[in-house]
Amino acid sequence: MAKFKGSEILVKCLCEEGVEHIFGYPGGSVLPLYDALYDEKSITFHLTRHEQGAAHAADGYARATGKVGVCMATSGPGATNLVTGIATAHMDSIPMVAITGQVKSVLIGNDAFQEADIVGITRSITKHNYLIKDVKDIARTVKEAFHIARTGRPGPVLIDLPVDVQMHETEFKYPKIVDMRSYNPVVKGHLGQIKRIVKAIEKSERPLLYVGGGVVLSEAAKELTELARKANIPVTTTMMGLGAFPEDDPLSLGMLGMHGTAYANNAVQNADLIIAVGARFDDRVTGRIDHFAPEATIAHIDVDPSSVGKNVRVDIPVIGDAKEVLKELITMVDVKEYALWHGRINEWKKKLPLTYKKDDKLRPQYVVERICDIIRDKKVIISTEVGQNQMWAAQFYTYTKPRTWLSSGGLGTMGYGFPAAIGAQVGCPDAIVFDIAGDGSIQMNIQEMATAVLEKIPVKIAILNNGWLGMVRQWQELFYKKKYAYVCLSEDISRYCPDFVKLAESYGAMGIRVTEKKEVDGAIKKALEEKGPVIMDFIIEREENVYPMVPAGVAIDRMIHGLS
Amino acid sequence: MAKFVIAALVENKFGVLARISGLFSARGFNIDSLAVGETEDPEVSRMTIVVDADEQILEQVKKQLNKLIDVIRVYDLTGGEYVGRELILIKVSSDSTESREKIVQVVDSTGGKIVDIGKRSVTVEESGDEHRIKALIELLRPYGITEIVRTGKIAIQCDN
Repeated sequence: MAKFKGSEILVKCLCEEGVEHIFGYPGGSVLPLYDALYDEKSITFHLTRHEQGAAHAADGYARATGKVGVCMATSGPGATNLVTGIATAHMDSIPMVAITGQVKSVLIGNDAFQEADIVGITRSITKHNYLIKDVKDIARTVKEAFHIARTGRPGPVLIDLPVDVQMHETEFKYPKIVDMRSYNPVVKGHLGQIKRIVKAIEKSERPLLYVGGGVVLSEAAKELTELARKANIPVTTTMMGLGAFPEDDPLSLGMLGMHGTAYANNAVQNADLIIAVGARFDDRVTGRIDHFAPEATIAHIDVDPSSVGKNVRVDIPVIGDAKEVLKELITMVDVKEYALWHGRINEWKKKLPLTYKKDDKLRPQYVVERICDIIRDKKVIISTEVGQNQMWAAQFYTYTKPRTWLSSGGLGTMGYGFPAAIGAQVGCPDAIVFDIAGDGSIQMNIQEMATAVLEKIPVKIAILNNGWLGMVRQWQELFYKKKYAYVCLSEDISRYCPDFVKLAESYGAMGIRVTEKKEVDGAIKKALEEKGPVIMDFIIEREENVYPMVPAGVAIDRMIHGLS
Repeated sequence: MAKFVIAALVENKFGVLARISGLFSARGFNIDSLAVGETEDPEVSRMTIVVDADEQILEQVKKQLNKLIDVIRVYDLTGGEYVGRELILIKVSSDSTESREKIVQVVDSTGGKIVDIGKRSVTVEESGDEHRIKALIELLRPYGITEIVRTGKIAIQCDN
């Protein structure tokens, strides 16, 4: 049989897994790998300008397409630059395979040039990781890695490949099946438990569906929507679950939690049955945990047993894939009116809508609303950075489809949005992709402008520019007596630092500055007409806050509403 | 907080011990002791972990261990019927024939062994369940214990 080099085998394995796009940055320890990759026509390699950009791009690609994202870097600093991106994917359970070069096997542990114990460093932030010591193990390792990344509760897997192993030769045979005795995620839920949920629904008067990112990952949005409508149960989603249920449906309560809608949080606190699907009762959602959902029986459908009963007492646990379990539930439930419950909820919706001051100042909420309205009928993907920009994007945009919202929820990584948007655009070339950013976050991976311009990836960046590290400033205003310690990014907002328009132009992209409310629509339309990437710099009200808000350590129905 | 005994069957692969201790430290679980060795299958190792926790944390310990790709099975032995053993080596100071004789008597009565005698100390070896180990330590303490080395508990289920 023919023999191939380890690097060639790795590339063949990636083709077997159907990989079409890889994001990365080369280096000494991956020279053989890149040499082999260059000849492979079925894979498009995207050179980013920082490995963190590559990791976030692979993540955004995975969230937008449902496929496993792949990123690649060299050893040492290349690998460590992937760490934040891997941790981001890990916290949000995103299927990703990160491939890093490693120094020659004999040099491992010797403080060699560009050596880092990346397997040790990423142990706690990957679903699993591998150091391949023998070229014969490459095929099986890659097969296992992709299987682990995409099954059960998805997550990032890292493969560390020493440069000499990349050069060793052996025969290539891609395993047909993966058989891991220690890894067998449960797919079908226990029928008896599912029946208990059905009984609980029948008995309840005030049920609520609490839906998280797991529904998106499981491709279960259709089943969830069918269940909610069939059983007439209102739905609230976590930030990770935005798009899993159409927000323009009358059953939708929008997002719950720290910056969720007051009516969603009220519904949780007054529900007698909460059916959690693919959500993990995170602290951003529960607020003061011993006061969370005081009247409710809690049913929890999740593929990860360790998430069930971790933060709250669960009465009816069902371990299984969301899509499979929801399919069963749909066949067993019946419609009920819940007239009183829906009546109460509608009252709350009327009395406590999401709102902001509507005057002639340029406010960030208005910008988000206008973006939503103008691109309403198109295929759109919204990516965000972290902080106030993220919250306004979550609140004031109406999400109706899954995989249209990309945001770092668990880790809350500033700098995620732009490279993730690039990855999403690569995966969905016909979609319009917007990154809603803050002036702080956008600077963290601004170097990816080069990638976007040179590869013609037409991402539209909307910077909600207030010259502050907004969310931190908000907390300092509310809880630290306005002591704005080290959060001012730009003292004098009229002396732009950086001038984002000039910055865009320096990369060869279009930059648009908006300082007045009446210019917003025109800027968005101009950006949409432009064929390449665009930076829109919206100079917004400096000290605008995100409301409503559940302060730390408080029950979620005790929200601060600010001014309305 | 109480002590729970967990046994985990794991793949005998490079890095598994690091993975498990990393899990415990990252999640803030308290390990009292950890003993690991090969089983009858050379590709499988068995870990016996004594955890200091409450019921709720123990649930998380078991679930998080099971989640690890290299962990094949997790058993909670606490409260069930099991045989638990630990090996201990204790160095006791003894600088006179008298004290040495007394120590030998004590050790004889507990079924331990003297494995080393020096000018200033005597080394005692004992293996047994936790009560026996505890009893020996307490008996020898008045003589002045200078060093203790323990393997940590290993445990095996009783045949029921």
